[in-house]
Amino acid sequence: MDATRVSEPTSMKNRTTVERTSERELVVTRTVNGPARIVFEAWTKPELFKQWWVPKSAGMSMLSCELDVRVGGTYRLVFSHPAFPEPMAFFGKYLEVTPHSRLVWTNDEGDDGGTVTTVTFEEKAGKTLLVVHDLYPSKDALDGAIASGSTSGMPEQLEQLDELLVTLGTSAGPS
Amino acid sequence: MVQYSRARLDASFAALSDATRRGVLEQLGRSDASITELAEKFHMTLTGMKKHVGVLEQAGLVATAKVGRVRTCRLGPRRLEDETAWLERYRLLWDARFNELDRVVEELKRKEKVHGRNKSE
Repeated sequence: MDATRVSEPTSMKNRTTVERTSERELVVTRTVNGPARIVFEAWTKPELFKQWWVPKSAGMSMLSCELDVRVGGTYRLVFSHPAFPEPMAFFGKYLEVTPHSRLVWTNDEGDDGGTVTTVTFEEKAGKTLLVVHDLYPSKDALDGAIASGSTSGMPEQLEQLDELLVTLGTSAGPS
Repeated sequence: MVQYSRARLDASFAALSDATRRGVLEQLGRSDASITELAEKFHMTLTGMKKHVGVLEQAGLVATAKVGRVRTCRLGPRRLEDETAWLERYRLLWDARFNELDRVVEELKRKEKVHGRNKSE
C-alpha cells in the first residue's frame, strides 16, 4: 500500500490520482475526454465552472461564482452547506492565464494564506490531461490542512482518533 | 519527489514493526514520558530505549525535547492514518468534481457538434 499516492481501481472512467509530492506540494491529475480548448472554457466561464466545481455529492451549493480570468483579475466563490452556520467564501487572484494551457491563482481565504494553485491543460489525441498543483506556503501549512481534516474547504468529520494506534494499543501493546 | 513520500512511509512501517515501539506509542498516547521512564516501564537499558525512540522520531511518530538533562518524548506530528485518510477524501472530492466536469465538457462538445464551432463561440 502506498499511503501518499491514492488512485481508484481500474474502471471505464478516467482515473483521478492524488499525490503529496513533497512537504509543501499536492498534485491531482485526471484526463478529461475533450480538447483543451473546451476544458479550459469550463474552468474559466463562471456559468460553466459553477456547474461542476462543487460536486452534488458534497452536499454543498454554490451561492455565487465570480471569475475575472485575466492576470491580476480576482475570483470569489461563496458556498453554503447545511453544516455551516454561515456561507463560506473562497477568493484570490489570477497570477497567470495562458489560454487553453495554464492557470495560476492564489488562495487568499486562509489564515496563513499564500497557497498557490497551478492548473495545466495538456491536450493529446483530443483528450486533456489536467494537473492541479497546490503549493502550500510551508510544510506546517499543508500538515495543518491535513490535521484539520479540511479538504479544500469541504467540511469533513475529522476522525480524531488515530485508528492505527488505537488498534495497536489494544492488540499489540506490552502486557 | 515520489521517493520522498515512499521513504517516509517505509520509515513509518519499519518503526511500527516492533512490539516495544508500538508499546511506546501507546504509552505516549496516554502521557508524555522521559526516556528513563520509558526504559523502566519496558525493562530496557537506557541505550536500548534511546535507539527505539530514535527510530520512532525518524518516522515522525514521536517528537522529543531535551529540558536540562531529561529528554521528554511525546507523540509526533506524523499520523499515518490521518494523512492516508485525508488524501483519499481529497481524491474522492476531486474525482466527484471531475465527474461533473466530464458532464459539462460532454455537453459543450455536443453543442459544438449541433451548432458548429463558429456559432458557439
